[in-house]
Amino acid sequence: MNEQQPADAAADPLGDETVIQLIDVNKWYGNFQALRDVNVSVKRGERVVVCGPSGSGKSTMIRCINRLEAHQKGQIIVDGIELTDNLKNIEAIRSEVGMVFQSFNLFPHMQVIDNLTLAPMLVRKMPKADAEAIAMKYLERVQIPEQAYKYPGQLSGGQQQRVAIARSLCMQPRIMLFDEPTSALDPEMIKEVLDVMVELADEGMTMMVVTHEMGFAKTVADTMIFMDDAEIVEIAKPDVFFTNPESERTQLFLNQILTH
Amino acid sequence: MISAAVPLSCAGGGDFSLIHFFLLSDNMASSEDSATEKLTAPDRVTPKGDTSIFNSMAFRGIAYQVLLAAFVILGGLYLYINVNANLERQGIATGWSFFNENAGFDIGESPIEYDSEDSYGFALWVGVLNTLRVAFVGIILATILGVFMGIARTSRNWLLSKVANVYVEICRNVPVVLHVLFWATVVRFLPHPKQAITPFDGAFLMNRGIVFPIPNEHPAYIWVGVAFVLGVIGAIFLGRWAQRWREMTGQYIPTFLWGCVIVIGLPLAAWLVQGAPLTWNVPALRGFNFQGGMALSPEYAALVVGVTVYTAAFIAEIVRAGIQSVPHGQIEAARALGLRPRFIMHYVTMPQALRVIVPPTASQYLSLTKNSSLGVLIGYPDLVNIGNTTLNQTGQAVEAIAIMMIVYLSISLAISTFMNLYNRLVAIKER
Amino acid sequence: MNDTTPSAAANPRHTAPPPTERVAMLRWMRENLFNSPINSMITVIIALFLVFALPDFIQWALFQSVWSGDHEACRAATGACWAVVGEKHRPMLFGVYPYDQHWRLILALVIYLSVIAATMTPAFWKVKILMPLWIFNLIVTLILMWGGVLGLQPIETSQWGGLPLTMVLFTGTVVFGSPLAVLLALGRRSHLPGIKSICVVFIESLRGVPLITILFVAVNVFPLFLPEGLEFDKLLRVMAGMAIFFACYQAEVIRGGLQAVPRGQIEAAEALGLSYWQLMRRIVLPQALRICLPGLVNHIIAAFKNTSFVLIIGLFDILTATTAVMEDPVWRIFFVEAYLFVALIYFVFCFALSKYSQLVERWLGEGRRF
Repeated sequence: MNEQQPADAAADPLGDETVIQLIDVNKWYGNFQALRDVNVSVKRGERVVVCGPSGSGKSTMIRCINRLEAHQKGQIIVDGIELTDNLKNIEAIRSEVGMVFQSFNLFPHMQVIDNLTLAPMLVRKMPKADAEAIAMKYLERVQIPEQAYKYPGQLSGGQQQRVAIARSLCMQPRIMLFDEPTSALDPEMIKEVLDVMVELADEGMTMMVVTHEMGFAKTVADTMIFMDDAEIVEIAKPDVFFTNPESERTQLFLNQILTH
Repeated sequence: MISAAVPLSCAGGGDFSLIHFFLLSDNMASSEDSATEKLTAPDRVTPKGDTSIFNSMAFRGIAYQVLLAAFVILGGLYLYINVNANLERQGIATGWSFFNENAGFDIGESPIEYDSEDSYGFALWVGVLNTLRVAFVGIILATILGVFMGIARTSRNWLLSKVANVYVEICRNVPVVLHVLFWATVVRFLPHPKQAITPFDGAFLMNRGIVFPIPNEHPAYIWVGVAFVLGVIGAIFLGRWAQRWREMTGQYIPTFLWGCVIVIGLPLAAWLVQGAPLTWNVPALRGFNFQGGMALSPEYAALVVGVTVYTAAFIAEIVRAGIQSVPHGQIEAARALGLRPRFIMHYVTMPQALRVIVPPTASQYLSLTKNSSLGVLIGYPDLVNIGNTTLNQTGQAVEAIAIMMIVYLSISLAISTFMNLYNRLVAIKER
Repeated sequence: MNDTTPSAAANPRHTAPPPTERVAMLRWMRENLFNSPINSMITVIIALFLVFALPDFIQWALFQSVWSGDHEACRAATGACWAVVGEKHRPMLFGVYPYDQHWRLILALVIYLSVIAATMTPAFWKVKILMPLWIFNLIVTLILMWGGVLGLQPIETSQWGGLPLTMVLFTGTVVFGSPLAVLLALGRRSHLPGIKSICVVFIESLRGVPLITILFVAVNVFPLFLPEGLEFDKLLRVMAGMAIFFACYQAEVIRGGLQAVPRGQIEAAEALGLSYWQLMRRIVLPQALRICLPGLVNHIIAAFKNTSFVLIIGLFDILTATTAVMEDPVWRIFFVEAYLFVALIYFVFCFALSKYSQLVERWLGEGRRF
């Protein structure tokens, strides 16, 4: 993609509106602390890339944002609504926040088109015809409209992940979360998924992406977050992050990941 | 109705789900003040959104449970009141006092002395023993037959596997009630004692049951029994010791062979040392019936044969599936390492097959025990039969049925505890 | 798709002429019957047994048997008396249902069995087709059996009997038991301790007792539960008891299926905003039920066989009816033939169902979607 873009695009289009805010968030699995005093705020239109070694809590953090995991201490405010165990709020936030998983998690017993129309029809109460129209629109956007009447098992990994992205988009979310979207893919399929994500970023979608794809991060990120050992170690603009990181741990991590 | 996000909170570990509920509720309040000072971003928004307690997961969770508990308790209370009112109206006594009253009915066969002067409680105890008598023998026979048929089905001998297959398909696709009924009728149509069928000398098949010779009682047999128990214990120790020996020296000792020698040899030696006493108590026809030997009533025989033949078909299927569940690659890998066939069987195939076989076999044992209640159908005095008689005589249906259920629950619990223990022994720890 | 071609055929130089029929047979015998000394011995023993027993059995069952006539002819013959089936099939199949009304039962059975056949055909696997079909089926068969409308003579359930009663009990058990099983399984998987423990206690205690005791409760205790003056039909009570019993076993099977559905499926559905019931109905249950299909069918077969337990509490299913018929002193010595006939009916139904479930599993394994 266009190498110039991030520098120009990063500063301007971000508004002042904070859409995701994590304040002193803590989480434990039994005695194991998965998140320690995490503070993050994301503005509308901002593209945040989260990286860090495995087990550092990055997936846990973004899974807390649509409450796939419940945090035990602190505050998470998404789109102005605080996430508590209030079901109505959780439902409201989930329909605004799309999520793409590492293992696609398409519903194997449904055709692609039904995977896409399910949530709009059930959650948004959309008529079938409208839902299908939207589904086809997004399938075209991820460039696989011809696969609409196949089952997920008949698609390649890259195609499945693109369907999964389209499925989230069908709910017309205002925020998209990506949890290592390319980690389960064969190398030759990674690009087709990243291309879709870059396109999405160019359209101004608020995104939070957990990934190891540093090329992608350099292209689209407005903000880089580095996590290690359940904590946020560094938050920085990508140009600073990649050339002159503040923390030694970040430096070490980047060395390990970029030397190949 | 369970709230939408309920499964979420157990997403991570599952073990903290409950604690988590309570943790959450007080965190909400306490985190507010501590958060403000540490906050890096000053533009903190005041959260909007729903704050109604009725939409809180914790509240809903508790509400659903309270509702269900209330439903169960009130429902139970309502039924209890109705039962009491109905019993009073029909003039039926309640409570367990009938336990000590005279039963007044005879029981066809009993492992312990019983006559109609004895109490209902004692009669029911006889029923329990009779049930256990069927279940115990049935489980042993069904295991032997089932394991044999199961192995036969995996045999490389085409004829054998087909015969076993036909047996399994026929027996498990016909109801156990029909099995039992069929054998009961067969026994009923056997000839009279005078024309009894003699499969081998001293044994007789007739419509009064089966009699066969047993050795006469002799004090030496007690020692033989002791020797057998010692043999079993010895064999277990031998196995342990052989394993340690092999680990230390690398030498293999055929434990199974030596185990068999000990288990069979010790009692045999004890018997020989005592002068090898053996006289048979051979049944003989006196008047209209046989005297002496061991006699099994026709009902007992029919019930045991019926439930055994039926359950063995299921066990055979379980054994076959267990053996075939071991991936062929496992055996190939063992062969590639140069292991001899008996090592492969002992160290590779059996441990993996048993893990698959044991749990479903346990539930077959349970179902055999429960199916022994079909005694009521053919006049075998098992627990359900005697309970049924008690019910009809006293009219105390609730108590009589409750006793049956409690006894069966206890037996089930005992068998499944025992099988769980065994399962823990054979289960493989992969991680 | 060329990998199905055997490798030998791909390389023509190695193809030898196929072995002659005789040699092939010999080789087959050596490989499958005489591949080791022990196996050879087993083969010989079984073969000897078959050689001695089979001809006798065939003589008894076919050549020397009596296919029609009265009991005199049967007693005279040395073979099986199949005439007993011809003579008694009406009361065996239809119990004490009025004789001149048997055509209604035959019609009901034909309709019922055709609907079952249709249900087993993948082309019909759509809720829009199956639901109305089954509602129609149940209404029509019940009207035929009950009567009282359309000029049909009303017949009380106490007079129902034989195979139709077996079918009614079986259908009722499965139709009422299955939804209950799903609820119990979901309850047992709930993380609310109160709901979970009530479901566990309910399931485990009913699985721990024999079906007979449940039927005793349905017959003897259930009437006591109701306030004075309120009564339920005995058939309905028994059916309810069997349905609950069935549900407890089926719940355990479904629980296994639920556990096998990957967590990610639930997470994805939740991330899309589906509610608990939506995600269970649309995402989790369809996958769980497909996973545990063999277990489900096993218990459905068991439910069919379990209908025979009503013999003990005096409902006239096909086995009770046969037993009653076989009390006839003239015919009673031919009980083997009569029971074989009934066993055959059970066998055909259960065997067909289990083979059918294997077929469906194979379809699913091939990735065939419906």
